[in-house]
Amino acid sequence: MNPLLPQPRLALPQLSNYAAEYDWLFFAMSVFSVVFVTAIFIAILYFAIKYRAGSPADRTDRIRFRSRVILESSWSLIPFVLLLVFFVWAGKMYVAWSMPPKGALEIAVVGKQWMWKFQHPGGQREINTLHVPLGQPVKLVMTSQDVIHSLFVPALRIKMDAIPGRYTNLWFTAKETGKYHLHCAEYCGTDHSVMGGWLIVMTPADYQTWLAQAGTDLSLAGAGAALFRKYGCSGCHGANSTVHAPSLGGLFGTTVRTEDGREVLADEGYIRDCITVPGKNRVAGYPPIMPNFSGKISEGDLIKLIAYIRSLPPGARP
Amino acid sequence: MTAEAKKAPPKSYIEDGHTLRSWFFSTDHKGIAVLYLVSITLFFFVGGAAATLIRLELLSPNGFILSNDAYNRLFTIHGVIMVWFFLIPSIPNTFGNFLIPIMIGAKDLAFPKLNLASWWIFVFAGCFVIAALLIGGVDTGWTFYAPFSTMFSNGYVIPAVVGVFISGFSTILTGLNFIVTVHRLRAPGMTWFRLPLFVWSIYATSLVMVLATPVLATTLLLIFAERVFGLGFFDPQLGGDPVLYQHMFWFYSHPAVYIMVLPAFAVMSELMTAFSKKHIFGYKVIAFSSLAIAGLGFLVWGHHMFVAGESVYVGLVFSVLSFTIAVPSAIKVFNWTATMRKGYVSFDAPMLFALGFIGLFVIGGLTGLFVAATGLDVHLTRTYFVIAHFHFIMVGGTVSCYFGALHFWWPKMTGRMYPEMPGRIVALLIFFGFMLTFMPQFILGWLGMPRRYHLYPPEFQVLNVLSSAGASILAVAYTAPLFYLAWSLFYGKRAGLNPWGAAGLEWMIPSPPPRENFETVPVVTWEAYPYPLEPQPVAKEDGR
Ligand code: HEC
Ligand code: HEM
Ligand SMILES: [Cu+2]
Ligand SMILES: [Cu+2]
Repeated sequence: MNPLLPQPRLALPQLSNYAAEYDWLFFAMSVFSVVFVTAIFIAILYFAIKYRAGSPADRTDRIRFRSRVILESSWSLIPFVLLLVFFVWAGKMYVAWSMPPKGALEIAVVGKQWMWKFQHPGGQREINTLHVPLGQPVKLVMTSQDVIHSLFVPALRIKMDAIPGRYTNLWFTAKETGKYHLHCAEYCGTDHSVMGGWLIVMTPADYQTWLAQAGTDLSLAGAGAALFRKYGCSGCHGANSTVHAPSLGGLFGTTVRTEDGREVLADEGYIRDCITVPGKNRVAGYPPIMPNFSGKISEGDLIKLIAYIRSLPPGARP
Repeated sequence: MTAEAKKAPPKSYIEDGHTLRSWFFSTDHKGIAVLYLVSITLFFFVGGAAATLIRLELLSPNGFILSNDAYNRLFTIHGVIMVWFFLIPSIPNTFGNFLIPIMIGAKDLAFPKLNLASWWIFVFAGCFVIAALLIGGVDTGWTFYAPFSTMFSNGYVIPAVVGVFISGFSTILTGLNFIVTVHRLRAPGMTWFRLPLFVWSIYATSLVMVLATPVLATTLLLIFAERVFGLGFFDPQLGGDPVLYQHMFWFYSHPAVYIMVLPAFAVMSELMTAFSKKHIFGYKVIAFSSLAIAGLGFLVWGHHMFVAGESVYVGLVFSVLSFTIAVPSAIKVFNWTATMRKGYVSFDAPMLFALGFIGLFVIGGLTGLFVAATGLDVHLTRTYFVIAHFHFIMVGGTVSCYFGALHFWWPKMTGRMYPEMPGRIVALLIFFGFMLTFMPQFILGWLGMPRRYHLYPPEFQVLNVLSSAGASILAVAYTAPLFYLAWSLFYGKRAGLNPWGAAGLEWMIPSPPPRENFETVPVVTWEAYPYPLEPQPVAKEDGR
């Protein structure tokens, strides 16, 4: 199966070990609720019709005090006991959810406005997309660099807050390969709703291949990040810059409108031009102050810079 | 009283003065109730405008009018205004204010000047929040979670926090006033167990107001200190703990949801008896379950933090306590339903609102159990499931009851009947519009759409469009009463003493009541809800 194929997801897949039992409990509580609502509804309807103001129904009330007490106590106690069943069932799942098995694959997660950074045991880093192997317990060790975030994968039926200043855990075993939504569920500011990406579940063999590849690809971008600072790009494009320059997050692959009204696809060539021939495609709405770096940056460094810009997710300020 | 004075009935509270001064500075509890009614209606429409824009924007998964920041500001102002400037003051400060003295046979609240001061404080607080909105808005969500609100937000957090802080004083003073009034000013013969259940429930609400609101005030002060002076309470970079904030916030805010719903229970007991013409089923059970809810409400705040790093065993304790609190609420529903039995049930608009309340509140309560069940909450929390859950209770439940109360006591407050047909239509529209708006949100939440999301995956669009369609029905239904109630002020039928044939002291005095409520202090010799009514105990001629 091609893991990159987007998959329609209206019926939520039962991806994790947690999901099947979860759905059972949810179903059981739904049945309980429907029965309850129906009972109340029928009672109201019955009384409303039988005792409507104009009806000739008999109104002499023969219900005795003792039967009232029995009635009141039974309609308090019976629902309470039923609820305790649900409490215990849900509680067991909650305890299991909080106890990662020994030997789980540990992946470090850092939330940051507004991206998720993952690091695999081998040092492979990725942003907003998380690759995990099928059938193997995975434990996420999470924290946040700024505000509270919350990692949420609906297909797994679990989430956990990433809290600054402390570590929290989330564990699961994925049961099907594929591509699943991954969100930030705790409100964290401007781009909260786009802070997320995909959980990609691969066969263990594919995962190994991916790890091998990811190592190289990301080191390019990593080196690019250092160059971005060295050449002073971050002075204008960085998060703390006061210069009016475009944020480069998510730029790659989008269409840019230029000052003279053209639409240009932001691919490698476009970014290269921006750096070496800035006059060619001036971005609409910005001052023409982007310096010309032609001859000042080696080809090798350009490739790294491009890889870095390419790795920036939407909303990120380098 | 001389025979002459009896012929000309005393002037009503409305005719007592015609200047602006006589309205804004009168210490009459009925006049103040009207001031509250007008001011919270304004806030309701500001909050409602925000909700309308939110729903409009969510028609498209990519958004089409708002920026991310603008969207975040909208749902924040929606939440802040609806919670603190509409829902918390709604039933207690309008109907509680108007009715509690009358229901217990008193001339006014225990501290009339304090009552007026509460309203002015409320308005003053509202100015801060409106100012925060006008100068650019707040983007923290109504929950003001730290460290986002203290160190990271670039919205106008301080004016909003100051506004909510000040409004707390209004709440506390009102609560205090009600408590003292119920203890001290009951008419001769009005024993605790002859009080209408409305009074019991508002009394329970007042206890929560007085005990919980100071915690909110403290929490907001700490936000202020961290944001303005950099004192580290919540941000770990300053040595604070962000989870501490959530404990403090929810220690107030969970009880606060009962501040919002107990008053609805208060109204329910009055409506169900008045329109079933029957004694309430289980008077004491209902009275004590209000107190039980008020008490237990303080013990469940941790159910908001099952995935916020709370220890699992602490989570389990909060979970079981939350299940427990569902029981007194269920008992009330059973008792209200049983009240209809052997009655003479009629279906005027207030009764339709009351029956609608039962339906929506029951759904809200049952889904509350889903999110109180630890293992289920792990998936559902912070999604639209939660949004739907609390809207079913707070809007489906409380706001329906608020409208029920408005229609039921409108003749008493104004002396005029509202037109019945539009009232019934609005009651039905609110029910069905509400279902259409919020039922899809349960499914959205189950499918995993997080709340506070401006942009969302396209597969959620259909359900969002359905929800927005429901919202447009709600918008019409919530606005319509404004028009026909205003119309009725001038053209409505004169109401007379007791248009519903209902029991209760408020129905034995003219509509609108005179400034002093009672010509002579009533002596109560009957239990609450003495249906079927004997010829009225203190019956008089129509006040006109
Ligand atoms: C003096 C400030 C400044 C510096 C330094 C700077 N830039 Fe820019 N950059 C700008 C401005 C302003 C624009 C938008 C106007 C334009 O297109 O010329 C821009 C545009 C761009 C664009 C196109 C953005 C888009 O949204 O289409 C890219 C790519 C880019 N810069 C990359 C870089 C790189 C790589 C460096 C470092 C080698 C760098 N910039 C250094 C100011 C700067
Ligand atoms: C009348 C009383 C109402 C109250 C007290 C109320 C209360 C709230 C609260 C407390 C929130 C949470 C805000 C947040 O997450 O920060 C909220 C969210 C929301 N409300 Fe209401 N609400 C009311 C009416 C309505 C109505 C009538 C609608 C629809 C027309 C509506 C639509 C929404 C939506 C869509 C959200 C979710 C925003 C988001 O999280 O992205 N509300 N409401
Ligand atoms: Cu977020
Ligand atoms: Cu709660």
